[in-house]
Amino acid sequence: MTLDRRRFLGISAASIAGSLLAACDKNPEGAKPLLQLAERANEQVEGGLFRHSAMNHVGAKARLAGPSFPKYFISPTVPVWDPAAGGVWRLEVSGAVRRPLSLTLDDLMKLPRVTQKVDHFCVEGWNARAIWSGVRVSDIARAAGITDDAQYVDFAGFDKGYHESWDMQSAMHPQTLVAYGMDGYLLTPAHGAPARVHSPVKLGYKNTKYLTRVVFMPGRNGGYWSDQGYEWYGGT
Amino acid sequence: MAPLVKRNHWVIRLTHWVNLVAVVLMAGSGMRIFNAHPAFARPGETFPLNPWEGTSIPAWLTFGGWLAGARHWHFAAMWLLVANGLLYLGFLFFHGEWRDIVPRRGDVRDAIEMLKFYLFVRRDHPPQGKHNALQKSAYFAMAVLGIVLVLSGLAIWKPVTLWFITALFVNFKWARFVHFTAMALLLLLALVHVFMVFSVDPYSLRAIFTGWYDRARSPEARNARPFYHLFGGTRPAPSSEAPRP
Repeated sequence: MTLDRRRFLGISAASIAGSLLAACDKNPEGAKPLLQLAERANEQVEGGLFRHSAMNHVGAKARLAGPSFPKYFISPTVPVWDPAAGGVWRLEVSGAVRRPLSLTLDDLMKLPRVTQKVDHFCVEGWNARAIWSGVRVSDIARAAGITDDAQYVDFAGFDKGYHESWDMQSAMHPQTLVAYGMDGYLLTPAHGAPARVHSPVKLGYKNTKYLTRVVFMPGRNGGYWSDQGYEWYGGT
Repeated sequence: MAPLVKRNHWVIRLTHWVNLVAVVLMAGSGMRIFNAHPAFARPGETFPLNPWEGTSIPAWLTFGGWLAGARHWHFAAMWLLVANGLLYLGFLFFHGEWRDIVPRRGDVRDAIEMLKFYLFVRRDHPPQGKHNALQKSAYFAMAVLGIVLVLSGLAIWKPVTLWFITALFVNFKWARFVHFTAMALLLLLALVHVFMVFSVDPYSLRAIFTGWYDRARSPEARNARPFYHLFGGTRPAPSSEAPRP
């Protein structure tokens, strides 16, 4: 009697464990709605925890990644802005704004400059330190006069259509920059020249490089990696 | 009739098995996430504390398929792990079961006696209550590791928003190292736990499924060491039931 029950329990436990393992292995479509539900719920939690006063601090003595800072782009070769083809590089600020802007690099550099030594958090699990110089996205938003419809912002660049859209709260964080300088020098093509988004509050893939357009919008617009299955929020 | 005692409350049994599912999901997906960058050094730096820098976890131990998939599993299953862990710890606290695992004076001495017994230095199984001192310390360590895993996990999930948790572990890099190391230790203790259940006290399986335990078959009653039946000189299990063929 006891042996039978024990056997029964053993077999049940083994079959539950077996089906669980099999399920995990195949990553079944059945789990997808649950995972998406969890992602939406996590966004609520992440947004609720988010504070503009919670900042990333890197010690003054912390080592910079310098030349080891990983270089990344989706084009087959380093994207370089070609003035012969596209004219003078400009950052177009549009969408839910009262005054659309078209800023040259000089215009951008005339806006209040912020220089900060912060972490760059990659989704892969590493972090790297650099000193970034640029303009706060919140200052650009103010200059363009965003309207109440500006609930999200899409950052798009000339790297083969790379873009990522953000929640407004993260974009307005004081450490979220349109950066044109890195470690005291102008940005190099390998790191997103002439300008890129950089913020410690989002994972690396949300920080669009080779930036050309900042579009404020009432809804989210996905993104290059978000559309492929990575979390849209991607916050730190 | 067998002198059965109720050993495990249903909350303990439920949280034990939910925990198994949650830990398998978290460890499997966590190791897949780790494999996206199987090292602790920042770019351009070294990390001498890990002799296996750059070595991936074998794929068959991981799941989630790819980095994004594993992250979705990890950030979904974490709620199961945390909710279940809170239920377990809350129950231990309010129902008094914490006394079964929280170390107290004399446990070190008792643990040494257990080690002597397992190493054949001592002939008789030391007297014990529900758990022996080695078990107690292992279960207590697993609960502590669980708490460390949740805290270090929050530290690397939200290193900016929850910077004050990250600061508990110095910074992001060290929090990630603590998170990984705590996971490895927890899995090691879990493996030892399973080994000891099957090799020393298989009768405790009934207690974790149904709650009932036969004291006459306890390791103490049987003077059981791991695989005791393979060695001579141990007491046979006293039969508490009618003789069977």
